[in-house]
Amino acid sequence: MNDADKKRLLREMIFYRRFEDRCFEAYMERKIGGFLHLYSGQEAVATGVLEMANVGVGEKGDYVITGYRDHVHAMKAGAPPKEIMAELYGKETGSSRGRGGSMHIFDPTANFMGGYALVGQPFPLAAGLAMGCKHKKTNQIAICFLGDGANNQGTFHETMNMASVWNLPVLFVCENNGYAIGTHIDRSTAQKDQYKRVDTAYNMKSSQHDGMDIEIVMEAAKKAVDYVRKESKPYFIEFMTYRYRGHSMSDAKGYRTKEEEAEWEKRDPIKILTERLLKAGVVKQDEIKQMENEIQDEIENEIIKFAEESPEPNVADLTKYVLDDNPDPRWIGPLQK
Amino acid sequence: MSEIAYWEAIRRAHDEEMANDPLVIAMGEDIGVAGGTYKATLGLYDKYGEARVIDTPISENSYTGIGIGASMVGMRPIIEIMSINFALLALDTLVNAAAKIRYMSGGRVSCPIVMRTPGGTAHQLAAQHSARLARMFMSTSGLRVVTPRGPIDAYGMLKSAVRCNDPVIIIEHERMYNLKEEVPDEEFFRPLEGAEVVRVGEDITLIGYNFSVHLCLEAAKRLEADGISAEVVDLRVLKPIDRETIRRSVEKTHRVLIAEEDEAPVGVGAEIITGIMEDCFFALDSQPVRIHAADVPVPYNHTLEKEAIPDVDDVYQGALKALGKI
Repeated sequence: MNDADKKRLLREMIFYRRFEDRCFEAYMERKIGGFLHLYSGQEAVATGVLEMANVGVGEKGDYVITGYRDHVHAMKAGAPPKEIMAELYGKETGSSRGRGGSMHIFDPTANFMGGYALVGQPFPLAAGLAMGCKHKKTNQIAICFLGDGANNQGTFHETMNMASVWNLPVLFVCENNGYAIGTHIDRSTAQKDQYKRVDTAYNMKSSQHDGMDIEIVMEAAKKAVDYVRKESKPYFIEFMTYRYRGHSMSDAKGYRTKEEEAEWEKRDPIKILTERLLKAGVVKQDEIKQMENEIQDEIENEIIKFAEESPEPNVADLTKYVLDDNPDPRWIGPLQK
Repeated sequence: MSEIAYWEAIRRAHDEEMANDPLVIAMGEDIGVAGGTYKATLGLYDKYGEARVIDTPISENSYTGIGIGASMVGMRPIIEIMSINFALLALDTLVNAAAKIRYMSGGRVSCPIVMRTPGGTAHQLAAQHSARLARMFMSTSGLRVVTPRGPIDAYGMLKSAVRCNDPVIIIEHERMYNLKEEVPDEEFFRPLEGAEVVRVGEDITLIGYNFSVHLCLEAAKRLEADGISAEVVDLRVLKPIDRETIRRSVEKTHRVLIAEEDEAPVGVGAEIITGIMEDCFFALDSQPVRIHAADVPVPYNHTLEKEAIPDVDDVYQGALKALGKI
């Protein structure tokens, strides 16, 4: 990785952090409704893994799918940030035309196949995306990001089994942040090392890594992505990470201590990379300041402005998108009487 | 024309659609090497191979979810679930995913899957193999639900379902797989919308779907012997309901009965009768009659099972009641 790439990745992570912070502010201003799950703290995982995959190239790229904490995965996959913000504002210009909201970002032009609110549901959907890629011999893979909490769903076990039996090209990325909503992994999960839950049980290659240092994430992800693509087999990769904010906006984090939070913040992914790049002379403090100013400007004057000024969906379109809006009469009818 | 059984019609539709489009695949328990519990995919494993006729583990929710995921990237999966009871395990992926992905993506991603399953009572299969859950799927936005009454619809509606861009639930019936009918030899399609008048009459409308259409047709014969002319309407499709065909028939006959094999509370009949009340209340000369299963888990004992499930005599007696004859 060259210096320009390192600087770009630092900028991306600062952008994602600021984007999520701005979502928080908009939520407090009641511009955003519903549930809002923010990714702050975990940026190195989505950024690092997808940096090693074939994303941002449109429909020829790899497929990405995740749960409800989905803004950053969608952006790194190539979904325009302003459309994501417009979606959070419920606008017609949003990624999902204002019908999905924060938890359901979709952008098929970036092969980002959705955020889902049912914990564990993306496992089989991801395996299905991979099955489609394999069937069509496209050399694409599917990448599924979920938290450690999802691994206690039946879909985890069912899907790990089928992905392995059928040799599906899918990379399961476990973002282990230690909490299933507000229940600590020690209290919910018999085997705390998630990567150990698939190796002998489902005969699947797996590994565990630091999820706060993006360079470690990228090195591990590259091996995993290459394995999945070359061997056409699934791989399960676990990253140890931490989410700074609550599970969602309604979460007061009463289940964990300030000391624990402070420990993890010492290993903040943006901080780790910033310090490393400053020390190596790749970036200067004033460049970072300039980056932050540019990001602030982009978020306020382009992204938020776009979301604010975009139109609401038309009420007359309430039932649009339920079924195919232009169905073929040969299959649908009417019945000839 | 050839006389073929319901299962052969389904098998023929699979075969033709798989030959027509390499993106069509079939998935389910024992559908490949074993040929399918109801023979709906017999011989197709040998013809199309294990990558397209996929024997799944007993993991209904996730293999259905895998089919849904594959459909999101252009595949056309036909997913068999061996009994509608087992479809309860797949409700998360069917109801929370397939039915909602198109809407919550603002129309940008669709899930063109077909899920086929037998949903009805057979003979002494007891409570966990006799569910009739049509009413549950018909109350889910984002699905199409169809109930072919015979080989022509079983063939033609499956072919349409494979090509349609929406998720389609096809509810078949254990007691119909061997039912035979003359079916045209050339390819045809049957639409996924529209009820059908399958017998023309003047005095009463008998409405059925799936197996209960046959109960209505048999009851109509008995009524004819009594000098009563019954019209029989096959709903064919439970979502969306064709209220116009029902209204036209009721405005002609002024009396109506709906026969369903489901339990009554919040059932298909409740929905149909509500529609009649809203559309043509003043056309009625008597109160509508609902024939339905008893509100019990289906018993194993033969006599109790017979008592729990509607038969031709129940429909016949119900019609006499609607006609004011008893």
